[in-house]
Amino acid sequence: MKRRFIMEFERPLIELETKLAELRTLEVAEAPELAAEIDALARDVEELHHETYAHLTPWARVQVARHPDRPKTQDYVAALFADVIELHGDRHFGDDQAMFTALATIHGHRVAVIGHRKGKTTKENIARNFGSPQPEGFRKAMRMMRLAQKFNLPIVTFLDTPGAAPGIEAEERGQAWAIAESLALLSGVRVPVVVVGIGEGGSGGALAIGFGDRLIMLENAYYSVSSPEACASILYKDAGQAETAAGCLKMTADDLVGFGIADEIVREPLGGAHNDPDVVIGAVGERVVAALDMLAGQEPGVLVEKRYSRLRAIGVHEGGEAEPG
Amino acid sequence: MPISDWFKAREGRQYTSATAGRGSDMPDGVWTKCESCKHIIYEGELAENDRVCRHCGYHFDLTAMQRIESLVDEGSFSQVDEGLSGGDPLGFSAAKPYVESLAVARERSGLAEAALTGRARIGGHDVIVGAMDFRFVAASMGSAVGERVTRAFELAAKERTPVVFAIASGGARMQEGMFSLMQMAKTSAAAARLAETGVPYISILTNPTYGGVTASFAVLSDVVLAEPGALVGFTGQRIIEQTIRQKLPKGFQTSEFLVERGMIDEVVARPKLAAHVALLLDYLDADGGERP
Repeated sequence: MKRRFIMEFERPLIELETKLAELRTLEVAEAPELAAEIDALARDVEELHHETYAHLTPWARVQVARHPDRPKTQDYVAALFADVIELHGDRHFGDDQAMFTALATIHGHRVAVIGHRKGKTTKENIARNFGSPQPEGFRKAMRMMRLAQKFNLPIVTFLDTPGAAPGIEAEERGQAWAIAESLALLSGVRVPVVVVGIGEGGSGGALAIGFGDRLIMLENAYYSVSSPEACASILYKDAGQAETAAGCLKMTADDLVGFGIADEIVREPLGGAHNDPDVVIGAVGERVVAALDMLAGQEPGVLVEKRYSRLRAIGVHEGGEAEPG
Repeated sequence: MPISDWFKAREGRQYTSATAGRGSDMPDGVWTKCESCKHIIYEGELAENDRVCRHCGYHFDLTAMQRIESLVDEGSFSQVDEGLSGGDPLGFSAAKPYVESLAVARERSGLAEAALTGRARIGGHDVIVGAMDFRFVAASMGSAVGERVTRAFELAAKERTPVVFAIASGGARMQEGMFSLMQMAKTSAAAARLAETGVPYISILTNPTYGGVTASFAVLSDVVLAEPGALVGFTGQRIIEQTIRQKLPKGFQTSEFLVERGMIDEVVARPKLAAHVALLLDYLDADGGERP
């Protein structure tokens, strides 16, 4: 059997559960008081199990969002979409494996799918740069947005990236330019855009394909201006303060709905989506279809205007002159 | 202020004068050491030369107001949205409370926020002009900066007036979390709408311009200029070095590096910037003044 991946926050629980399982193998028929103690321990462990998973801290959610067995973009695409035609490349430089683009059909809606692509194995993750796109990844996404607009196909995006790739090549090829152009394009694309935050929503690399007419967040997905590690390293000069930073950044699905930035949350089974991927994927499918149904009839001009108004309303500020126009 | 403070390393970002100006109201007898060539320069001479070292061409940091005054026709600037300021939407407190950082920034800069916008003229062309002030939380973009930038673009579209924006920024403002990140989308959307109207937008990237600001409105202009030696990029150098575990090549992320790679249009020395922008506007804003 595959070795279980243990998240930091669940380690104490799992150690106890393992001990309990060992105790269970003891022959206790001759020692009823020992059996009673084991039963008491079992009740404690069960309580701890509930406590550990029922109210995840923001930092625990980040770990769940990064869980290697968490359903990935390719799992959603395989399970929810039919007649999938993957399209490769950005027409400028390369075919970024960290960005997936395809034509696909969901419940009668023919759409363009754009998603960050992480791997499930180390080998896959290296090929896909752990889901961190290079500039060509964002240009590949833009190519898909233009295609979608030209042929009137709604866009469905899946967010799962720790962030845009940092590095010499990324800078040389204009990482900032690629992201900025993607933001500009996405803001005005004349087809419905449905965004699903399925795991990590790291910074500009997520935002480049991460806003539109509907934002659906998985319960343990996060979406943040910076990774908690980067925030901690900047503000505390200590990446070890990531747990504190995760709380300060208000980056959970519940936070985002509270801010009016995300529209709805897909709840996950206790402990995270990896514990029952099929149920979560199915629920995401229903919400995506509902969003596509809702947006289908809208006139493109109205759609784009509403999208702008949505963005326009985000921010907390006061004073200044009356808004122009 | 003790004289030793004038010689602080650039990280200290000690600005040698709160007022811009071309020498008139400079305190006498103040000398500044060039951070690049170490020459001791008379403060008045530095101010006269747009705060560029005559010996080596090093461009000193400018405050937002100094920047605007160095760029626009004398006396033509009038600020808009002067009182527009941000809040503390997350109740953010890591290391130190965000409200404290904001209070310090306001005190130190005399500004309500890190971006300054308004109406002005450059070479006789009416413009909507903007500049950013690094003293204000590293000129990072939170709600208020995003709103000011967005309103500047909207005003420019409405009045069909070109935008000239001098940019410096550490990136998105961490302390406003997702509200900051979304300003990238908001300002980019506004820049895209301005682009559709055919009204020109010229951006000037100054040292340093990074992160969520580079990756949004800063580079969505028709012409991207940069000052010599300005560091411009997406990811900061320290983070890149930590990630790739090797030293970065010399000149990495400088404006000269970027023009070589085709990412920006031209590197222009500060004393020539205003005339350069004016000439660009002669091309891009040929009907300037004739607009309805």
